[in-house]
Amino acid sequence: MLPLQLLGRNTLALISGLGRAVILLLSALLHKPNPRKDIPLLLQQLYSVGVKSLIIIVVSGGFIGMVLALQGYTILVGYGAEASLGPMVALSLLRELGPVVSALLFAGRAGSALTAEIGLMKATEQLSSLEMMAVDPLRRVIAPRFWAGFISLPLLAAIFSMVGILGAHLVGVDWLGVDAGTFWSVMQDQVDFNKDILNGIIKSVVFAFVVTWIAIYKGYDCEPTSEGISRATTSTVVQSSLLVLALDFILTALMFAR
Amino acid sequence: MTLPVTTLDNLIEIENLTFTRGERIIFNDISLSIPSGKVTAIMGPSGIGKTTLLRLIGGQIKPNSGKILFSGKNIPSLSRHDLYETRKRMSMLFQSGALFTDMNVYDNIAFPIREHTDLSENIIEKIVLMKLEAVGLRGARDLQPNELSGGMARRVALARAIALEPELILYDEPFAGQDPISMGVIVSLIRSLSDALGLTSIVVSHDVPEVMSIADYIYIIAEQKIIGHGTPDQIRQDESPLVKQFVQGKADGPVPFHYQAPSYQSELIQLSSEVHGRGKI
Repeated sequence: MLPLQLLGRNTLALISGLGRAVILLLSALLHKPNPRKDIPLLLQQLYSVGVKSLIIIVVSGGFIGMVLALQGYTILVGYGAEASLGPMVALSLLRELGPVVSALLFAGRAGSALTAEIGLMKATEQLSSLEMMAVDPLRRVIAPRFWAGFISLPLLAAIFSMVGILGAHLVGVDWLGVDAGTFWSVMQDQVDFNKDILNGIIKSVVFAFVVTWIAIYKGYDCEPTSEGISRATTSTVVQSSLLVLALDFILTALMFAR
Repeated sequence: MTLPVTTLDNLIEIENLTFTRGERIIFNDISLSIPSGKVTAIMGPSGIGKTTLLRLIGGQIKPNSGKILFSGKNIPSLSRHDLYETRKRMSMLFQSGALFTDMNVYDNIAFPIREHTDLSENIIEKIVLMKLEAVGLRGARDLQPNELSGGMARRVALARAIALEPELILYDEPFAGQDPISMGVIVSLIRSLSDALGLTSIVVSHDVPEVMSIADYIYIIAEQKIIGHGTPDQIRQDESPLVKQFVQGKADGPVPFHYQAPSYQSELIQLSSEVHGRGKI
């Protein structure tokens, strides 16, 4: 096949895939809410998507905070600036590492699971059988999973940053001897709610939307074979990770560039 | 007994249906009717699109042209809302069973009842146990789908399909891979559902003896067309070579057993000459 033909084919596939993804999302989300049925389904998914991701988020957040404190301290102490350890750690976590690393971990832990689960439901005709029972699989399967991911990730990112700061405190204050009062008060002074915390939250909301959307779309659109599901799961992790990093750059440029 | 081809008693009328998948024509201008309260079988070799026909009737896929009337309403042109309303009147037994893997047997059968009715759990339990008893699996109510054998999964799926007592049940290969006992249970269930409750059944299958024993009317599909139809007796006596070949299960006949390929001999000769040629180098 000529390179030009290949380019054309891939572009068309990309555009039609995007179209299908938008249609899937809109038809899953735009329906009359029925709280009696929707809320139990959402709670169930919040548990399997969000709560079950807690361990990996807490452990990673803790270690990343500890490493940040260790590296930051050795650099800052050379300038006698170890008092700035608190804000350095807090700003790195709140602005960048919290939202980005949680989104990457979430894509690997929950996104891949969502894709594989939905893909397997498709392959074993469970989605078809829902349709034939006059139960809309978009409402019953897709929508609760999307909302669960969308709600969970910002919360997980907040927990990640919090645990990270506690980890940094453990290493910086308890181990390396930075003054606890200085650690907290300089952090409080330097961190701005709108500029740092709110922007971090906005980032993680955007990542939550993108990662969950990719995960449910890849599962719903996959070829219903074992090879198709494995390909879909891989591409969920690869595409959402790359998109998170690219979007992070764009959002950072919009939020923090002067 | 001859069933009239078109009467008001037909639950489903398929008129001039054409369906293609890519370049391949699956059905070419077929028409058939499914009488109410009867067991109608659709037979044919594998890969002929029998399951596709059930999906067309269920509105999961749309035909290229033609009508599929379900009590007068044309399924392909229904709105999404009307299609879901119509589907409440039918149910389908999938070949794989398609049980929900995150629920146990009991919840699987209770699922459609909980979704579509406001019955109390007490009544739901009675219905579920009744359906499980009918398929002989009352003792399996707490098992997970992965703990069931293939035959048991199909019987649970059958119990789920009849949970809401629909007007129409579509059976996709209900006999495939069943042991003789399960087969007997399913054969008599399909028959008695039709006789006792007046359900309309469409059975898609290529198991000739089982279908002959329960069907009221049979359509045989091959080569994109309906090649024969009639009551089991009429089918047995059908003189058409296509029908005869299928019913008697012969590889030689007008319906090719082999997938389209160049002649076996010439392919072998070509292969051996290639090997020979390579040997010289």
